[in-house]
Amino acid sequence: MSIEPSVRVEDKLFYNRYLVDAGRAHIKVRPHTKPSPELLSMLKACPARCYELNDKGQVEITVDGCIECGTCRVICEESGDIEWSYPRGGYGVLFKFG
Amino acid sequence: MIEEKFDAIVVGAGMAGNAAALTLAQRGLKVLQLERGEYSGSKNVQGAILYADMLEKLIPDFREDAPLERHLVEQRFWMMDDRSHTGLHYRSDDFNEEKPNRYTIIRAQFDKWFSQKVREAGATVLCETTVTELAQDAYGKVIGVRTDRADGEIHADVVVLAEGVNGLLGTRAHLRERPKPDKVALAVKEMHFLPRETIEARFNLKGDEGVVIEAAGTISRGMTGMGFIYANKECISLGIGCLVSDFQRTGETPYGLLDRFKRHPSVAPLIEGSEVKEYAAHLIPEGGFKAIPQLYGEGWVVVGDAAQLNNAIHREGSNLAMTSGRIAAEAIFQVKSRKDPMTADNLSLYKTMLDQSFVIKDLKKYKDMPALMHTQSQSFFLTYPELVSRAMQNFLRVDGTPKVEKEKTTFRSFIKARSWSGLFGDAFRLARAWR
Repeated sequence: MSIEPSVRVEDKLFYNRYLVDAGRAHIKVRPHTKPSPELLSMLKACPARCYELNDKGQVEITVDGCIECGTCRVICEESGDIEWSYPRGGYGVLFKFG
Repeated sequence: MIEEKFDAIVVGAGMAGNAAALTLAQRGLKVLQLERGEYSGSKNVQGAILYADMLEKLIPDFREDAPLERHLVEQRFWMMDDRSHTGLHYRSDDFNEEKPNRYTIIRAQFDKWFSQKVREAGATVLCETTVTELAQDAYGKVIGVRTDRADGEIHADVVVLAEGVNGLLGTRAHLRERPKPDKVALAVKEMHFLPRETIEARFNLKGDEGVVIEAAGTISRGMTGMGFIYANKECISLGIGCLVSDFQRTGETPYGLLDRFKRHPSVAPLIEGSEVKEYAAHLIPEGGFKAIPQLYGEGWVVVGDAAQLNNAIHREGSNLAMTSGRIAAEAIFQVKSRKDPMTADNLSLYKTMLDQSFVIKDLKKYKDMPALMHTQSQSFFLTYPELVSRAMQNFLRVDGTPKVEKEKTTFRSFIKARSWSGLFGDAFRLARAWR
């Protein structure tokens, strides 16, 4: 199997249009010292790569590129790792094609 | 609070919500439809295939002005390993008919058109409004919704929850559980733009003819999943989806999977030189019949993806959404016509009517398929595609090996990979679940 070229998700998100609701993240990660397995799985499962590990080994989220699929809600909401809502009306991703 | 009271509030403007709002408005009910997007369609994601029959029941002359892409004349199923695909293609000139049966569409554009029909029928459509929770009385009866607008509470006799696969409101009000990771698939999709003539040449199409490719095999890396390639007029919808629980288990990335699918030697020539204009992701209900939640209650009904109404085997969802939306609206209209209250007892008519439709009958037919596909994903998505590819290559490659030996080799490779009991077991389980 050949070695995979790294896929830059940022480039993909650049195609999309967003109206960012500054200062009002619609998804919040519960403060933690050590992330749960569910939360850690989001580093790879999030299709917009919104979840990242900081230098203390905690999982952080930046919602600006979120495409509102709900994968993290399905994986992480039940355990209380995250709080998940839709963005306020009109905000968030704006699909031209869908 | 908005003082005005409505006969019905429809939450969401996708296929199910638009079908419900349109039907209710056509029957003369006072309808408010709420949509969180900038316009109806701006949050909606699908492959997408439109099934004409279900739309005809709502808008008989839709072909006159609906933004349709291509009518489908060909379906290709591909079983893929890393370097090949074994295909089953069906193409028929019968599909070049006066009223074609299936079309490709672009959801954001189609839904905008559909929403205009809803408005023309007399419904009030309020966009850029996120419903935050259901308003309930002291007894738990749903009496309306709360939104993120300043004067946010709005009342109605009944609320139609067409809030999509993620259905937050229903979960927040404890009407149903949040979908489990093994009951939903995450699909990612790109829109690849190419000149019309290029698409028609690459897919062997004339005029508005269209083709769909559904692909399964090693492209999903042993996970339960499928890839798809849909030809639109001037772009190709290309995507791949797998169960969320499989992504969680394997640590595969959705965009990595998409990238591999795009670079597959059978796929790459189809999209070569294209310009990508959008990247989207969406969840798809995959739990089938057994995952259908409670469909009605005191002052509410749930329709479409929010009710997990999706036929994963036939890749049908939007038609189930449209039909459930229409049937829910018809049930509400009947209750209303009798001047009865919107109680759970009375709204159970919706379930009775849905049970008699193809929606529940089809899902019931395949009720054991999701479990089979989800537990046997290694066999169905890795082992068999590789075996079939080796068998095909062995059959076709002319190298002086006697045919008897070739057949023996193929035969042995199947036994070695799955054993006698494994092969018969898989065949038996598949036949039983399909029945």
